[in-house]
Amino acid sequence: MQIFPFIVVAWILAVGLYGIVTSRHLVHLIVCLIIVQSSTYVLLLGVGYITGAVAPYFFDIPVHTPAVDPVVQALALTDVVVEAAVTALLLAFAIQAHKRFGTLDPQELVQLRG
Amino acid sequence: MTPRQRLWMFLIGMAGLAAFYLWGLAGLPSFGDYPGPYGDIINRIAVGQTKATGVVSAVNFEYRGFDTLGEEFILFIAATGVATVLRHLRGERVAEVRDEAAGRHAPPTSEAVRMVALILTGPTLVLGWYLASHAQTSPSGGFQGGVVLATAFILVYLAGRFLTFERISPVDIIDAVEAVGAGGFAAVGISAVVMGQAYLTNFLPLGTTPGAVSSSGTIALISFFVGVEVGAAFILIVSELLDQTLLLRPGSR
Repeated sequence: MQIFPFIVVAWILAVGLYGIVTSRHLVHLIVCLIIVQSSTYVLLLGVGYITGAVAPYFFDIPVHTPAVDPVVQALALTDVVVEAAVTALLLAFAIQAHKRFGTLDPQELVQLRG
Repeated sequence: MTPRQRLWMFLIGMAGLAAFYLWGLAGLPSFGDYPGPYGDIINRIAVGQTKATGVVSAVNFEYRGFDTLGEEFILFIAATGVATVLRHLRGERVAEVRDEAAGRHAPPTSEAVRMVALILTGPTLVLGWYLASHAQTSPSGGFQGGVVLATAFILVYLAGRFLTFERISPVDIIDAVEAVGAGGFAAVGISAVVMGQAYLTNFLPLGTTPGAVSSSGTIALISFFVGVEVGAAFILIVSELLDQTLLLRPGSR
């Protein structure tokens, strides 16, 4: 049984979560969240992969050629767009937090608010 | 909570997550042995049904069209959210903003950067337009094309100054363009209802040649609207964030 891609998924997820937990800067924390989400791309594409199959585009190949699962690829595309949108919103919040509290350290922000 | 306690909590949580992950992994097929059936079925029937050779686009804008509508509105709402969060601060500008770089002036953009940005703007526009209008044939589509289109406008910002950027993309017009993109997608769906079919039914002629640019009916149309919406949303987000950099450094204006 081949599980190497799924180990990569677990590693990316764990590294990103560790970064979030120990983060001392909101922008760093947001980048770590992007890394956590990147693990889902690897998982989705890994689940739909077929050894020896082509990409699901039949412009210049016959329709019955074995191709990888297009549904998970569409889901990964969705994932990327949502990530970009959420990142922009979170960065806007980070700007606001810096203006209001004068710091971007999440651990200091927690102390400020109790 | 001290950082040390936080780390212990994290390790305990990760142990639980790892256990569940391994349990789930045991139920997954081996990598490279996708068992189907959905992907296989769609790969077999999509080209005949929709006349689109890009099956990922066919899934996004036809089979999962309704989900993509929701996704597009996530982007729409996020762009609105960025504008709202940052606009609120702009009202407080007079009281709060300090000149954090007093006596320092930002160096002017180098000629090399301006030249490269200027050279790349045209090709980037064409590439973005190509991607947004070829969802039905090749690996592209409105989401990718829209981001590339927004990049062309950001290159204009790099080549010139923020004021030029604001002049070619006034926020009011970009707001309207974004609304046209988001509303266009929904309107394509409602048009099908008006004709007595289900929401987002592909009601346009599909064409006869799979892979022709004019083929695939509403897939190409929806992809185009998505491209407009994504491009406008990203220009809006970037100009709101750039606005903030001016706000922090009024001396550089």
